[in-house]
Amino acid sequence: MSTRPAVSTAPPALSRARSVHQLWLAREFGIVVALGLLVLVTTLDNPAFLSPQSLRDLLLGAAILVVLAVGQTVVIISRNIDLSVGAVLGLVAFATGKLLSSAPGTPTVVAVLAGIGLGAVCGVVNGVLVAAARVPALVITLGTLYAFRGIDHSWAQGRQINASDLPRSFLGLGTATVLGVPVLAVIAVVVMLVVGFYLRSYRSGRELYAIGSEPAAARLAGIPVGRRVFTSFVLCGALAGLAGVLYAARFGTVDATVGTGIELQVVAAAVVGGVAIFGGSGSVHGAALGALLLTTIGSSLAVLRINPFWQQAVVGGLILAAIGLDRLLAVRAANRLRGRSSHGG
Amino acid sequence: MAGDPAAVNVPAPPTETTHGVLRSALVRWDTALLVVLAAVVVVAGVLVEGFASGRNFQFLLLDVVAIALIALPLTLIVITGEIDLSVASTLGLCSAVMGQLWVAGLPLELVVVLVVGLGAVLGAVNAVFVTKFALPSLAVTIGTLAAYRGLAFVVLGDQAVADFPFRWTDAASSTVADGAVPWAAVVTIVLAVVFGVVLHATPFGRSLYAMGNNAEAATFAGIRVARAKFWLFVASGAVSGLAGVYWTLRFASARADNAAGLELAVVAAVLLGGVSIFGGRGTLLGVLLGVLLLGAVRNALQLADVAADTLNIVTGGLLIASVVVPNVVAMSRTRLRRRPRHPA
Repeated sequence: MSTRPAVSTAPPALSRARSVHQLWLAREFGIVVALGLLVLVTTLDNPAFLSPQSLRDLLLGAAILVVLAVGQTVVIISRNIDLSVGAVLGLVAFATGKLLSSAPGTPTVVAVLAGIGLGAVCGVVNGVLVAAARVPALVITLGTLYAFRGIDHSWAQGRQINASDLPRSFLGLGTATVLGVPVLAVIAVVVMLVVGFYLRSYRSGRELYAIGSEPAAARLAGIPVGRRVFTSFVLCGALAGLAGVLYAARFGTVDATVGTGIELQVVAAAVVGGVAIFGGSGSVHGAALGALLLTTIGSSLAVLRINPFWQQAVVGGLILAAIGLDRLLAVRAANRLRGRSSHGG
Repeated sequence: MAGDPAAVNVPAPPTETTHGVLRSALVRWDTALLVVLAAVVVVAGVLVEGFASGRNFQFLLLDVVAIALIALPLTLIVITGEIDLSVASTLGLCSAVMGQLWVAGLPLELVVVLVVGLGAVLGAVNAVFVTKFALPSLAVTIGTLAAYRGLAFVVLGDQAVADFPFRWTDAASSTVADGAVPWAAVVTIVLAVVFGVVLHATPFGRSLYAMGNNAEAATFAGIRVARAKFWLFVASGAVSGLAGVYWTLRFASARADNAAGLELAVVAAVLLGGVSIFGGRGTLLGVLLGVLLLGAVRNALQLADVAADTLNIVTGGLLIASVVVPNVVAMSRTRLRRRPRHPA
C-alpha cells in the first residue's frame, strides 16, 4: 500500500495497531450484517429458510468451503497463494474412497488421518518448490493444480466410487449431528478456532503477518521466512486433505473431477472475508464468514426463486464490492492516522 | 534503447552487465523453448503415428489459436506486473451474447463487431477497477472471472445456439489455399506481429517493462502507468471477445460455459514462455513458442492415446520446470561465483 503513513514514534505505532484491529472488526462486522440482511430477506419471503433442516443443509454446505478457506487464509496472509487446493481436495477425496472401498474395515479416524497426511504431502511439494526454489506461489500452485489433478485422473481412469462402496460408519460422518449441529460444521468451527488462535497468539503465527506485510523486512528481522512459508503450505495442504475426506463422507460419490474450480471460490471467500490478497492482514474468522456468506447466497437465491444462473454473477459482484470496501477502509484509516501523527508532532 | 527486436541478438557491451545478463538469459530462454519445441516435433513425428501430417498440423494450429490470441495482450499485461484472469469468462460471455444476438436476427457481420466491442467494454470494467480504484488486478479479475461467467449463464442459461450459417462456421477452420495453415492462424500471426512490434519496438512497449520493474520509478520517469494499463486491459477484453467469436464459430456452438477454465491454460502458456509473473521480463516470441510447445505436447500425447485429463500432469510439470529450473541454475551459479571470494 503506497498510502501507508510513515510512523516513527511509539505511541502512533500503538494507535496504528489498534486502528488496524478496529478495521478488522469493522470488516468482519460488515459481513455479519450482510449475512444477517440476506437471511432476513430470505426468511421474510419463505420462513422455512430458518427451519432446522434448512439451517443444517446450509452449515453442511459451508463446512467444506470453510475448512479450505481457513487453510488458504494462512497462505495468503504470508503473501502467497495456493491454487492447488481444489486438486488436492479431489485427489484426497478419491484416495479416501479408494482406501475405504478396498479395505472397508479401516476405522474412520485412520481414513481421516490418512487424508490429512496425503494433503500435507501435497502441501510439502508446494512448500518445497515455493520456499526452496524461491518461485512465486501463483506459478507453482498453478502448476501443481494441473499436476495433482492429472495424477487424480490417471489414477481414477474415468471410474467413480459410489456411496454403496463405502462403509456406513464413514458416511455417517457426513450426516451425523451433535446437539442438532452437523459434525462437519463442528469440525469446520474447531479448525477455524484452532488456526485462528495459532495466528493470533503464537509467535510463528504472528510472523506470518510480518512476512506478508514486507518479506524483506521480515527476513532482516530474523524471521525464518522460508521455513514459515513452507509450514503455511503444509498446513494449507493438510486442511485441503481434511476437506477432501469430508467431501467423500458427505457426498459418497467421488470421481476425478471432484472440486474442480473450487480454488477460485476459496480465494473469493477469503477476499470477501477481508483477507488482503497481497498478504499482511485478514483473519481466518473473516474468511470463514466469507465462505458462509457465499454458501448462503447460493441457497437464498434458490429459496427466493431467483434464476440460479445469477449466483455466480452475484458472487463476482460481491468480490468486487469487498475489495472496493477494503480499499476504502484502508484509505480512511490511513487518512485518520496521518491526522493523528501530525497532531502528535 | 530503442528496442529494435533484432538488437536482442547483438551481444550487450560489457559495461551493461546486468542488462547483458538479463538479455542473454532471455535469448537463451527463447532459444531453449525453440529447441525443446523442435525436439518434441521431431520425436513425435517419428514415434507418434499421424502426428506429422498436414491435417494434424491444421488441427494443432486450430486448437492453439484461442490460447495464442488471448496470450498476446496478456503477455503485455503480465509484463507490467498485472494479471487478467477474467479472459476465459469474457470469452464465454461474448460467446453467449453472440448466440443471443444471432437468435434475435441480427446479421452476423454486425454481431461480430458488437461482440468484440462488448469484450472491450468488459476489459474497460477491469481497467477501471485496477487503474482508477487502484485495486490489485489479481483480486479484481478473480471477481470478474466469476461475474462475467455468471452473466454468461444469465444471458444464455444452459442452452446452446448452434444454427450459425455453414459459410461462417466453415470459415473458422478453413485453410490458406486449402493447405495446412488455417486462416485463423494467419490472423493470429498478424495480431502477434502487431503486439510484438508494440512491445519490442515502441517507447510504449519499453515503458511496459519499466513499470513492471518498478511502477513508482516509472511514474517518476514520466510514464503514464495508469493510462497504459487501462488500454492493455481494454485490449485484453477485445481480443478475448474476438477469441469468443472464433471459439463459437469453430465449434459451431454458442454456450455460456465455452472455454471455462481456459484462463489457467493461457497463464500457464505465458509463464512457460518466459514472462516473469512479477513483471518486467519476457518476450512475445517466447510466449508464442510456449503456446505452441504446450499445444504440440498435448496433441502428440493425445494421438498416442494418453487420456486428455492425464495430460494435465505434463502441463503442470512443464510449467513448474519452466520456473524452477532457471531459478535453481541461477542460484547455484551465484553460489559458485561467490565461493572463490568467500572460502568457507
